[in-house]
Amino acid sequence: MSKEVITGSEALMRSLHNEGVKTIFGYPGGAIMPVFDALYGYTRGEKKMFDHILVRHEQAAAHAAEGYARVSGDVGVCLVTSGPGATNTLTGVADAMMDSTPIVVIAGQVGVGALGTDAFQEVDLVGVAQPITKWAYQIRRPEDVAWAVSRAFYIARSGRPGPVVLDFPKNAQNHTCEWNPIKVDNVRSYNPYPKIDSCAIEEAAKLINGAKKPFALVGQGVELGCAQNELVEFLEKADIPAGRTLLGLSALPSDHPLNIGMLGMHGSYAANMKTQECDVLIAIGMRFSDRVTGLPSTYGQQAKIIHLDIDASEINKNIKADVAVLGNCKQTIPAITSLLNENNHREWHDSFKKYDDMEIEKVIEPDIHPTEGPLLMGEVTNVVAEVTKGEAVLVNDVGQNQMISSRYFKFKNKRSIVTSGGFGTMGFGLPAAIGASFGAPERTICCFCGDGGLQMSIQEFGTIMEQQAPVKIILLNNNFLGNVRQWQDLMFNGRYSFTHMMNPHYQEISKAYNIPYDLVVDRNDLRSKVEKMISTKGPYFLECAIKENEDIVPMTLPGKSVDGMLLELDY
Amino acid sequence: MEKKLYTLLVYSENIAGILNQITAVFTRRQVNIESLNVSASSILNVHKYTITAWSDEEQINKITKAIEKKIDVVKADYYTDEQLFIHEVALFKISTPVLLDNPEVSRTIRRHDARMMEVNHTYSTVLLAGLTEDIADLFNKLNNFKCILQYTRCGRIAVTRSFDEPISDFLHEQDSKDND
Ligand SMILES: Cc1ncc(C[n+]2csc(CCOP(=O)(O)OP(=O)(O)O)c2C)c(N)n1
Repeated sequence: MSKEVITGSEALMRSLHNEGVKTIFGYPGGAIMPVFDALYGYTRGEKKMFDHILVRHEQAAAHAAEGYARVSGDVGVCLVTSGPGATNTLTGVADAMMDSTPIVVIAGQVGVGALGTDAFQEVDLVGVAQPITKWAYQIRRPEDVAWAVSRAFYIARSGRPGPVVLDFPKNAQNHTCEWNPIKVDNVRSYNPYPKIDSCAIEEAAKLINGAKKPFALVGQGVELGCAQNELVEFLEKADIPAGRTLLGLSALPSDHPLNIGMLGMHGSYAANMKTQECDVLIAIGMRFSDRVTGLPSTYGQQAKIIHLDIDASEINKNIKADVAVLGNCKQTIPAITSLLNENNHREWHDSFKKYDDMEIEKVIEPDIHPTEGPLLMGEVTNVVAEVTKGEAVLVNDVGQNQMISSRYFKFKNKRSIVTSGGFGTMGFGLPAAIGASFGAPERTICCFCGDGGLQMSIQEFGTIMEQQAPVKIILLNNNFLGNVRQWQDLMFNGRYSFTHMMNPHYQEISKAYNIPYDLVVDRNDLRSKVEKMISTKGPYFLECAIKENEDIVPMTLPGKSVDGMLLELDY
Repeated sequence: MEKKLYTLLVYSENIAGILNQITAVFTRRQVNIESLNVSASSILNVHKYTITAWSDEEQINKITKAIEKKIDVVKADYYTDEQLFIHEVALFKISTPVLLDNPEVSRTIRRHDARMMEVNHTYSTVLLAGLTEDIADLFNKLNNFKCILQYTRCGRIAVTRSFDEPISDFLHEQDSKDND
């Protein structure tokens, strides 16, 4: 029987379907038209396989794909045109690289014959994407589509996940080939799951068994490895208090007794102070980012450090490990747990209380239960967290809104935080929330934004309107680029160089996009307005008029050791 | 930490764009590449890179891991000179009139075991294969005779003191995985 002959574009559709793709975030253009034409047939009628979400800017397509990937655990997919369409996605690609988010960006490209001629909308996409992707590849012939797409998805989702860019010249979209489905599940030069070394496991267990003051640092690797239950067993068996990184916040339920808060520059006081007191530090699926370590040369010097990671290049990159346990933590954590003695570190655990009490008194209570003055970010987050009972997904933008909402939100379930950690990308929140609403349609998506970040992505109101994406947008409006304003106060004598910004009339904007809107100014209205937002079906925009010059504390100043963390800023 | 000349041996799939990815790892960490040689290896479809750079061990270790992390890089290792057989090749184009005028020039060439490749009225070419120091030595001597018209030297090439290519075991393991 002769094989079926199809175009490269058709092969792409079938290959995406074979990878289990259901949702695509995209934006058309000349160099990707044959693919969009093929897609048209697959988004409606009998052949319907995909939902295509037309975003309003390609950067949003990439962030939406990230949001989708983070909550669903699947690969997020973008489809864009060549040149400016492709380069617009690159901020999202770099963001995904930093935060280990599996996305596949497929971009049109001029025909192979025109490559290198500076043809209309040509850019060396593979060249510019290579340093910020896990893999970037140009599909030059239709017969390579099946292989390249399957390899792309395998690479994006396996091992330490990450973004892949596929550059798809027009001739390969249009020309035909015989259809041969291919499943790539092995690349000889790529070893996503390092072999687990039992000696390292034994050494790690020995160190933990001997520890008097063990302390665990929980990162996103736990979520990516689906090892949340294994983590809880591990922590409970040896009674180890745990701090979570920003990206690891939902790896351990907020109300778990061994959870002692968030690590990092604006994390919890005890978590930071105790890093400098513990005797064994167990880092699990986290990469010792400079936001977590503060001044690295002072970080955890007194402790033996155990580092569990799937990525060999993370070991000793920023902080030297005494024991490195390479591998997927889904396997390495239980392997260590089985060698652990049941333990009780009550005294050590109780010693955190002193710091917690100080933070509660000086920071948390004034943040979440203020009685006078303008509305605060902390109290808004706290009310949203209470109303959603830890069940919602937190998506945030970048800045003070990100730090505060991450500090005070509550998480019961895994895969509940979507944030731009490593890259700190303003304009991430709104599109990522749209993506998350498709990745977890049954969940409530709460998107906290600042006025700066919202305006960087405000065109996506169009996408929300068109899709009726059920995103609850909580704008913490302080009329400032608040985060930078705080630093200007700290380091530049309060010279507010271009951080004050005039805001548009958001109610009018919401009206234009037909998104329900409300404004909170008075704290007495806060709870009822949040309840109304959460109980309203579909999208909702709640603008909160926040104190203009609120500072985020605690804070570790740049270049300082983590135990230099301040509970109040003095300037 | 002390800086030494390290040699990296990198094996990759024969896919366009890999060289760029490998050199970018050095650039990003602000380490200069001293020499670079790329060619096919003894294994089908696998290319081999010999790269030298001045660095300390901690940094070269991180660079090596970052290179090995690239999807199409099969393996990357770093070595010090004692762990390797090292060779370089140099070509000298020298002035024939000076060569004929001064018998010391040809004696020097012979003493270095260099080969005369071509002699004509205006110029002669000399090839020397050897260690960096031998080549530098011949260069300095010929330079003193003021006879050098052109000079070029290839990057270092090296093989390890182990029995076969350092990736043979790795590829063997991969093959057996495929057959499982
Ligand atoms: C794309 C991008 N541009 C600039 C910055 C630098 N930056 C970090 S936070 C911040 C201020 C954010 O202001 P806003 O969105 O109003 O949030 P707030 O801090 O007030 O909550 C800026 C400008 C960034 N992180 N990303």
